[in-house]
Amino acid sequence: MWNAIKLVVLGLIVLFAALAANWGRDLAYQVHAIIILAVAGGLFVWTLRHVGDEPEPVNQLEYMDGVIRAGVIATAFWGVVGFLAGVFIAFQLAFPGLNFEWAQGYMNFGRLRPLHTSAVIFAFGGNALLCTSFYIVQRTSAARLWGGNLAWFVFWGYQLFIVLAATGYLLGATQSKEYAEPEWYVDLWITVVWVAYLLVFAGTLMKRKEPHIYVANWFLLSFIITVAMLHLVNNITIPVSIWGSKSVIVWAGVQDAMTQWWYGHNAVGFFLTAGFLGMMYYFVPKQAERPVFSYKLSIIHFWALIFLYIWAGPHHLHYTALPDWASTLGMVFSVVLWMPSWGGMINGLMTLSGAWDKLRTDPIIRMMVISIGFYGMSTFEGPMMSIRAVNSLSHYTDWTIGHVHSGALGWNGMITFGALYFLVPKLWNRERLYSLAMVNWHFWLATIGIVLYAASMWVTGIMEGLMWREVDAQGFLVNSFADTVAAKFPMYVVRGLGGVLYLTGALIMCYNLWMTVRAQPKTSDAPAMAPAE
Amino acid sequence: MSSQDDKKNAEGIGTTGHEWDGIEEWNNPLPRWWLWTFYATILWGVIYTIAYPAWPLVNKATAGFLGYSTRAEVAEQIAEVDAQNAELRTALAEADLTAISENAALQNYAVQGGAAVFRANCSQCHGSGAAGVQAAGYPNLLDDDWLWGGTIDEIAYTVANGIRNEQSPDSHWSEMPAYGRDEILSDEEIGQVVHYVLQISGQEHDAAKAGPGEELFLNECSGCHMEDGMGDPTQGAPNLTDAIWLYGGTEATLTETVTNARFGVMPAWSEEWRAAGGLDQSEINAVAAYVHQLGGGQ
Repeated sequence: MWNAIKLVVLGLIVLFAALAANWGRDLAYQVHAIIILAVAGGLFVWTLRHVGDEPEPVNQLEYMDGVIRAGVIATAFWGVVGFLAGVFIAFQLAFPGLNFEWAQGYMNFGRLRPLHTSAVIFAFGGNALLCTSFYIVQRTSAARLWGGNLAWFVFWGYQLFIVLAATGYLLGATQSKEYAEPEWYVDLWITVVWVAYLLVFAGTLMKRKEPHIYVANWFLLSFIITVAMLHLVNNITIPVSIWGSKSVIVWAGVQDAMTQWWYGHNAVGFFLTAGFLGMMYYFVPKQAERPVFSYKLSIIHFWALIFLYIWAGPHHLHYTALPDWASTLGMVFSVVLWMPSWGGMINGLMTLSGAWDKLRTDPIIRMMVISIGFYGMSTFEGPMMSIRAVNSLSHYTDWTIGHVHSGALGWNGMITFGALYFLVPKLWNRERLYSLAMVNWHFWLATIGIVLYAASMWVTGIMEGLMWREVDAQGFLVNSFADTVAAKFPMYVVRGLGGVLYLTGALIMCYNLWMTVRAQPKTSDAPAMAPAE
Repeated sequence: MSSQDDKKNAEGIGTTGHEWDGIEEWNNPLPRWWLWTFYATILWGVIYTIAYPAWPLVNKATAGFLGYSTRAEVAEQIAEVDAQNAELRTALAEADLTAISENAALQNYAVQGGAAVFRANCSQCHGSGAAGVQAAGYPNLLDDDWLWGGTIDEIAYTVANGIRNEQSPDSHWSEMPAYGRDEILSDEEIGQVVHYVLQISGQEHDAAKAGPGEELFLNECSGCHMEDGMGDPTQGAPNLTDAIWLYGGTEATLTETVTNARFGVMPAWSEEWRAAGGLDQSEINAVAAYVHQLGGGQ
């Protein structure tokens, strides 16, 4: 019966996608229809061939780790893709000739930039959050993932979302909303996948065997719920045609801008901060083998963080059509957010008290500590940049780009690398990593890369901010825009080199993880078991 | 358990008693410095939102006791600069352009202001150094070779009305025939004219072609470019005897020019001709004075 329903639904999707491929009004839409046709058609054939098969027995006492292994691979893969795209577009800015004439409309900076941001935030960061949250929620609830193969649907559905988003950007399907570029049907699809994600996560929490919910899960649940809300409100659009990718946002003017940055800033706040804090709260105490520093701090900073973050968006719109009162509130809540953000840093760093010697011997701990360090730095820099007077200098400059990258490369990247090094030996039942020396190399390459990146962007950002506002004694502008661009050239090269170092480190990690699975001796074959009732 | 753990337990801190996958949590209090800094930011936030526009009410927001407004602030700054420059600005708008340079203060104001206007509006085509982009047909404004005249009045006219545009009825206008595309001359004849132009511009040429090219030039081209090829600024016809070229002086680019002609357009900048982003008379005069003193003004 279940198979019959699946076949009917898949068949209808195939039929619709075939019509869409034929009647589609733009290239991106037609290509997407063909991708969906291929996926649904493949699933249809696969389902048909397995009709009547006995389902494989599932040991309900065993953790569901297959989907996490897939997530680890996807995280590493998309990480490299995202970093590579970033390095390329960094050099496109330094050397505009890399916007090749033959690739105009596909591979120029404007098309590749959202590809880069989505690849690192949603593909790399998103897969990292998916697989670590599935790992954490099972271990800290002592329960197998709820919903059976629903977790696999979440995983593959998310990969399909990534492919549709990325190909759409290259072919020109975009809503032109930062971090929310995918068009209406991709938005609908990710909504379905996200609801399934929420069900799996919340379902697992519901059937937990621990009396209390561990702090990491508070952060992860707040991330899943808030991102769903942000996504739904920011993407309310009306498609121009069901046979085309273009849609029109219902919000207009400054209301649209405000909704966009309410979304955009909380994508940072809940995706890249709350979600990754969940990761930190599990992997740091596990790797350090120490208790979390303070339960009280975790509960106070959790509620303060999620209450305050949601107000901070207007600081992206200082000195615009946004009314002053909204701008003030955005700034004030951003500054008050400083200490709640630092609560996570304190809890992470102080968890190491009594284990600081491990910094010398364990490069994975070192990676996690520097990640928390970058977290602390960028959550101080952020509130500072949200102050109107500072923002009047920093806004629209490369300083913002540097700020985002010290957060993304330093905090999100490093904590994810630490988690991957922790997870791979455990998930593949290997005694230890292939090479700690390589982890060390990765650590230093990535750290120096971030320092080059952040330092060069501070210099160009503050320089161009000062050049833009420079006026002579009679009030006339001193520099043309082209002058400010020309002055940034050397720093653009330094930034690109920083990216090359970071990418190299990630490639070393991939090799190290690959060799861990390939060449390290197995531990006992016993699968990870959830404790009995 | 480390010695520090023993100390914590001795101080009665202990853990919460829960454990998840081996993770425990200390019952440490909130760090004092953290808590007091948090309180301080909240207190600051309350005071700041009373001082500045902040809280939305039913149909307006609180204005703040400082009466601050970003729009008022920028309007005030603009008014301040305008007041400071009002006298010079009026004088410049009404000035006899050729006399500007006699008044040092006015000349200084015009050149500085003109440079700012140029950076914002002209540098996109003519380059931030005003050297133009030859291959793209954007003229160099640093030399003394002028297409439409290089006196300060002529420059101001060109800025205000532009060249070959649909905006200003007074726009400069002239159009070179496309000799090849419109089949006025054969390919062979075009080659001959091109070699004649190479000859009069002092470049390497084929004398056998340039000979018959001279007669074609006198018949077809001299109406605008003059018999001696020196050009005519009243028609925007370039001088073909010097080494300065708008689109390039090689055989290939000259052949392209004669075959398909060129049609370079410059927008009209006077606010009279555009809905947004136009220049007023003082700005037009300023940018004319700036361009005129770059080196080539006549």
